Order: sequence, then structure tokens, then C-alpha cells
Amino acid sequence: MSSRDKILAKIAQNQPEFSALPDLKGLGNVYESPAQQFKTILEGIGGKVIEFSDWSEIKSFVKEHFEANSRIISTLPELAEIAELNWAENDPHTLENVDLTIIKGHLGVAENSAIWITESLLKQRVSAFIPQYLAIVLDAKSLVSSMHEAYAQIGMEEYGFATFLAGPSKTADIEQSLVLGAHGARGLTVFLKV
Amino acid sequence: MESKVLEHSKASEVFNKDKERVGWHDETLWFVRSKRDKAAHNIPDWELLRSTASSIKHNVLSNMHDYLVEFEKNALANGVHVHWAADAEEHNKIVHGIIAKHGVTRMVKSKSMLTEECHLNDYLSKNGVEVIDTDLGERIVQLRDEPPSHIVLPAIHLKKEDVGETFHIHLGTEKGNKDPQYLTEAARHHLRETFLTRKIALTGVNFAVAQTGEFVVCTNEGNADMGAHLADVHIACMGFEKLIPRREHLGVFLRLLARSATGQPITTYSSHFKKPREGQEMHIVIVDNGRSTQLAREDFRNSLKCIRCGACMNTCPVYRRSGGHSYHNAVAGPIGSILAPNLDMRKNADLPFASTLCGSCSNVCPVKIDIHDQLYKWRQVIVKEGYATTSKKLGMGAMTFTLSNPAIYQTGGKVGRWFMRNVPFVVNNGLNPWFKNREMPEPPKESFREWYLNNKKS
Amino acid sequence: MRVGLFIPCYVDQFYPQIGVATLELLEKLGCEVHFPLNQTCCGQPMANSGFEHLTGGCNSLFIDNFEGFDYIVCPSGSCTLHIKEHLHEEKREEKASTIRKRVYELTEFLTDVLKVENLEANFPHRVGLHQSCHGQRGLKLAQMSELNAPFFSKPEQLLKQVKQLDLVSLSRKDECCGFGGTFCVTEEAISVRMGQDRVKDHEDKNVEFITGGDMSCLMHLEGILRRQQSPVKVIHIAEILNSQIK
Repeated sequence: MSSRDKILAKIAQNQPEFSALPDLKGLGNVYESPAQQFKTILEGIGGKVIEFSDWSEIKSFVKEHFEANSRIISTLPELAEIAELNWAENDPHTLENVDLTIIKGHLGVAENSAIWITESLLKQRVSAFIPQYLAIVLDAKSLVSSMHEAYAQIGMEEYGFATFLAGPSKTADIEQSLVLGAHGARGLTVFLKV
Repeated sequence: MESKVLEHSKASEVFNKDKERVGWHDETLWFVRSKRDKAAHNIPDWELLRSTASSIKHNVLSNMHDYLVEFEKNALANGVHVHWAADAEEHNKIVHGIIAKHGVTRMVKSKSMLTEECHLNDYLSKNGVEVIDTDLGERIVQLRDEPPSHIVLPAIHLKKEDVGETFHIHLGTEKGNKDPQYLTEAARHHLRETFLTRKIALTGVNFAVAQTGEFVVCTNEGNADMGAHLADVHIACMGFEKLIPRREHLGVFLRLLARSATGQPITTYSSHFKKPREGQEMHIVIVDNGRSTQLAREDFRNSLKCIRCGACMNTCPVYRRSGGHSYHNAVAGPIGSILAPNLDMRKNADLPFASTLCGSCSNVCPVKIDIHDQLYKWRQVIVKEGYATTSKKLGMGAMTFTLSNPAIYQTGGKVGRWFMRNVPFVVNNGLNPWFKNREMPEPPKESFREWYLNNKKS
Repeated sequence: MRVGLFIPCYVDQFYPQIGVATLELLEKLGCEVHFPLNQTCCGQPMANSGFEHLTGGCNSLFIDNFEGFDYIVCPSGSCTLHIKEHLHEEKREEKASTIRKRVYELTEFLTDVLKVENLEANFPHRVGLHQSCHGQRGLKLAQMSELNAPFFSKPEQLLKQVKQLDLVSLSRKDECCGFGGTFCVTEEAISVRMGQDRVKDHEDKNVEFITGGDMSCLMHLEGILRRQQSPVKVIHIAEILNSQIK
């Protein structure tokens, strides 16, 4: 008998009597102003929220905060003027010197400021993790209150990879001192479209 | 072959020699517990969330066989290779087999307590494979050749001076520089080079979804993602209890995990791996290693609900003052003490006794495991199985005999004398540990019974 | 109302004044109190050490002594909890079950059964309350800091009725003192350190007395206080609640 069959047989024999799944109704807060909650939480974990209504605002923000020779990549054709767009087919290792990645997020969660991003928005899975800084463009209308609402929207969506991303990469492994920029992006700016 | 393991009480005695450091360790972990409280108290439906999570996990335990079959089927359909390991040895062989097949000798790894449990690093190193741990805390302890002392905060027992010295020796940082920012930056550079050059990445699994065949890995640092997305081969290792039924259940567990662990609203990255990247190979190793035995133990099977948040360690007044290494097990603290006897009852017989049964662990547990009740129950099992070394010394037999016999109890002599002779914590002799740092109460002129007979009994 | 007075063995032997205070207090509040003379111990020291299977004798004895009372009241959360959770006897399971339901820790008996709202007591001192874990988390005598749930505290509810008593707020409201039964000797180093830390929290708040519902915790803290030659004293809550207005 293979280990698989042995393990499964033993489990079948040892598992307790069937117990039903609980209802998830009634879980999760509903926030009056999801945008305000999202902003408060994100700032609390080291991220930044910039509200915008026109793409030119993002462009000037980036020009102001990044030097001219910075390597900036994006998936958004609207940002062609400031970012490379044709990197999706390259080996992911070639992104090692990226200073800023600008991508879109599907939805944001007010309770924890997590942003849902699937592979289709990342182009390369590593694109959100490898740059020194990360910026995510998010529509304020896409904000939901809770993780439960978020998963209800995600449903059975098909993806190879997806992530909930909240704030910059961080660690507190040295004496509980918080340091931003462990292995992933040192900073996260969310451009919130209002 | 196996080095002599100090009993928890002995290891704690050593740990407690440095009083200032114990105070620091306690305060550091209490700080984490306080952050957890704040996060939990900010969520109005927190207690409902905990009971829901517990019920979901109960359903998982009761339907484990079918969920595993469903998960495997979906993972295979997603193009993932699925392996099954009955024990630690088989797990290690499977992982080594995958590495050997690709002809490489170096691997990056993000945090996986399962691989600690299986001693994978030792095994691979003996077989000529270099493993670099990439979680900062794990990298620190790896460089020092120590095991992690905490499942979420592996280097919590170390001070920044210790880390500064370790990095100076191994990574060439400035001597004497102990600034966490500087040291983290040094590790970032060192590990970035590693991520970029390794062909195989191993990660743990926080949750595996039966319904979709995907698994979720949570980190704050981004090390699991950096490893997996840059490697040609991704190996994910999981104990079978990591399963949850449906994707929507992630909403429940992701709300609980980070808040319980560190007081964060969620980890920075909660990455859902469903299919290998184009051109990549993805493997899942599903491990039993005693779990199916624990599943049969009615009193202890709830320990398999654990989501490895570490909250029970941070709140445990004993853990905070004895340090993770005193538990001589991959998983320390209260949860480790109810998991470990299942793995090796003789070796871990001391652990269920390393508790005052204060019950704080059960109260912080996000899946409501009755941890302190299980500690009590393990004590009964361990004594019955004859593994109780400490308890035996206490002369329980004589004590029980007297306490069951009122005549003997009452005629035990002058007030307090019987106690002084027979009750373990008050035995009045120089060898009694009570007296090392405490005074005994002074026996009064008369016992309550005597007072009652003289004053009340008509 | 016939109340059986259940006095923990170490209280009988070392702290008779707590038994006296409990008895007087209950009588003052109108109870008919009896002290069954053949009681010894609830069996907890053995059970917590893994020897629950040896506690049959203690259990039988407990049933012999306490069957038939309307209530059984004990000035210890820990001993009460042990009886509530572990008193069984195969041949007399029904009696054991009745006793398990009728056994009360002193403060919960005062707040929940006698519904005491006005205690004639006076204690002009600064006091810190040590919550015993078995009383608090086991019997739920007070809300636990880990939970997101409304505050309540039965011992505090009573202490607030005591005139001139100044109750301090501790920085760790419900941290274990480290007594833990035989833990106090088998894990001596940790037990003492936990006790020292608890004592310090009270000392930092300049208390004169540390009180609580479990003398076992207080005995441990007292041992540390005396070794450190601290002026702080321990006093069981029954003694405070029974203190007369002079």
C-alpha cells in the first residue's frame, strides 16, 4: 500500500463523527466610510494613500519622488510616459533592478487595507515583490468593508496566483523593532481613484 | 546519537540565571500579547470569528479523508505534483528526491515549522544540499546554528547585540553595529542575492483549500514570494491538517491569523498559489508524521486545529520566562506541549507539566483549542503510561492515602506538621525547592477544625 | 438555607482565620453554616500532577461529607473548580453531579446566590487584587483580559462595597502568579520568577495588601514577600469582606 493510501485509510478510520460547517453570515464589520477606514489602516501599517482623479496626478507624483534614471515598470498603458510596459515576457530575474512597479489592484478591503491582485494584473508574479517600491492603483468604488465581502466577490474566480497585499514588506525579527523593507518593497503607495 | 535533552524545568533554571534577560524576554513577548489584545478588541465580532473558525476546523477534522482526496484531485488538475509522506523521514526523502532530480545542490526556504519538525535542513545538509532560510529570524538562528525559539518570531530570544555579532561574523557587517534597520538592510542584500540565484524554493503552507486545490502562504517579509516566483521549482510542504474546505473560509482565517500572531490586521502578503508559473514546476508534499494518530485521540485531536499563530506562546507566563528552547521541540509553548507527547511521549513527558494551567492560552487561541485542559489530560496519560519522572518524586501515593483517610489526616499531629511532612510543596526540609526563594507560612496555634470544635460545635 | 462549609486543607492547617472569616460572614448574611468534620482535601494536588486516578478516595469522602446541603461554599476558586470539573463516583454519580452544581466559590456565592449589595465592612487600606486563574478563567468570576467581552468582576463588585478600601489598577490585570500546585516546586525557577513579577506589579502601585480569593496563590506571594522583607502583606478576600466597621 502506498503512503497515500495508508494515510488516507488511517484518517478515515480515526476521524471523528461528521460535524457540519458553520454559517458565515453575520461575520464582518460594515464601515460607513470604507475609504477612510482603508486609509487609516494602511497608514497604520506604513503605507500611503494618495487620492487622484486624473492620471497626470500620478505621473507628476512619480516624477517628483523618483529620479529620472530610476527603473519604473507598469502594466498600465496610461503610464507609458513614465514607465516601461514591455517587460511581461522577460525572465523574472531581469526585474531585479526595478525601483518602482505600478500595477492595478482588483479590490481593497477596508478592515485591513489588503488589496487583491491576481496574476492577470501582475503580469509577472514577482513584479509586486521584487521592486524597491510598489504603487497600486485602486478604484475607491472597489473598496469593500471586510474579508468576507472580498471573498464573496472573488467567488470561484480562476487564477494561477493571487495575493492579498497590505502595506510594505516588513519585519520585526530583531528585538521586535519594526523595519520596513525586509525582502519585498520598502514602501507602498496606493493611488486611490476618486 | 541524540544529544542529551534538558528537562524543561532544568533548562528554565539555566534560562533564569540571567534575571535581567528573563525580564526583557517576558516584556518583549508581553508587548506582542498586548498588540494582539488591541487588535482583537477592535474587532466587534472577534469572539464569533473564533468560534466560527473552530467549527470550520472541526468540520475539517470530521471530513479530513474526503477533503484530502478533493484537494489532491484539484491540485493535480491545476498541474501540481502531489506527494504523500507518512513520516518525517519519507518527507525528507521526497524533498531530497525532487532536488536531486534537478541536479542542484542549493535551495532557498521560507518559514515552515513542518520542516523544522522533520529536521529537513539536517537531512539535506547530510546529503550535500545547502539550504538557506530566508525569513530574517530564521536566517539569524540558522547562522548561529540554533533552532528557532518561537514559531512566528524565531529569534525572539536574541537581543540586537547578539544579532549584530552574528551578522558581523557571517555577513561582514560593522563590528558593534546593532541597529535593527542596518542589520535588516544587510540581510536584505545578502538574501536578495540568494533569491536571484537559487533554482529551487521551498515554502510552508498556512492554508490549503480543498475546493480549489490552491494553498495560501502568509509572510510579512515577502520571502516566500521572492523565493517561489524566482525559482524553477517550488516545493510546498504541509501537515494534512492545514486543509480548509472552501476559499471563502480564508476570509475567516486570514482575519484571525495575523491579529492573533502579532496584532497586525493581516500579514503583508497572503499569497494564493494555485498553478505553477509558466515553465515552473510545483510540488505539494502532504505529511502525516503522527497526525493521524493524534486524530484518533478524542481528548487531543483538537490540537490539530492549530493555525500556528503563536498567540498561546506570547501569552504564556511560563513560556515568557523560560524561552522557546526549554521546550526542546520544534513547536514550543503551550501548543507544543500538547503536540509533542503525541510524537514521542517519553522524550516530551515533562512538557505538559511545564504549565500552571492558568488557561490564558485557551482564551487567546483563535480556533479555541482547549489547550490547558489538554495539558491536564496529557498529565493523566503520561502518569498512567509510566513516563512521569517529576511527578513520581512527589510521593503522591502517601499523600493520597492520608487525604483519603480523615482519621489519619486529623491525627497527623500538631497543626501543620502533617503538611510539612507530606505535601510536596511544603515538605519542610532543606532540599525542598520551595525554600530557595520563599518563606513558609508559620503554623498557627490551632487549625480551623480545632477552632470550630472549640467555638462552634454544639 | 443550609450551607456546607468546604475549607481547603491548607487553609485548615495554616490559615484558620480565613475559615473563621468565611463562616462568620456567611452567618452574618443569614446562612445556616455547617462544617463537616471529616473533610480533608478535594484531590486537586494529585489530579493536577497527573494522578487523577488516585483521587477516588477523596471523591467518596467529599460526597460523604457534603451530600444534602443546599449549597457548598468554599473560600477558594481553585478547589471549587476542581470539584466542579472532576468530582465523580461511579456508584453515586447522581449525588456527585448534584454536588458539582451546588458548589460555589465564596465571592460568586455572595454576588450570585445571596445577591449581596451592601456589605457592612470597612478596610481603610490600599489594596491590590490578585485574580487566581482557576477562579477567574476557570469559574469565570471576572472577565478575562484576553476576550473581547464586557467587563465584570465579582470580587471587585464586593470590594467596592467595602468602606475606605482603595483598590489599585494593576498593569497586568490577570497574569498568573506562578503557584500552580506542585508546579511551584517542580518548576521552582519559573514559579518564583512569576511570583516576583506579580509582587512587583503590586508594589509599583504602592499597595499595603494583596488580596485574592485563593490563599494558595497568596501563600506563594507571601513567601516571596517575606523573603524579600517587603512591608506588603497578603490577606484573603473573606477577611476583608468580614472586617467590621469599628
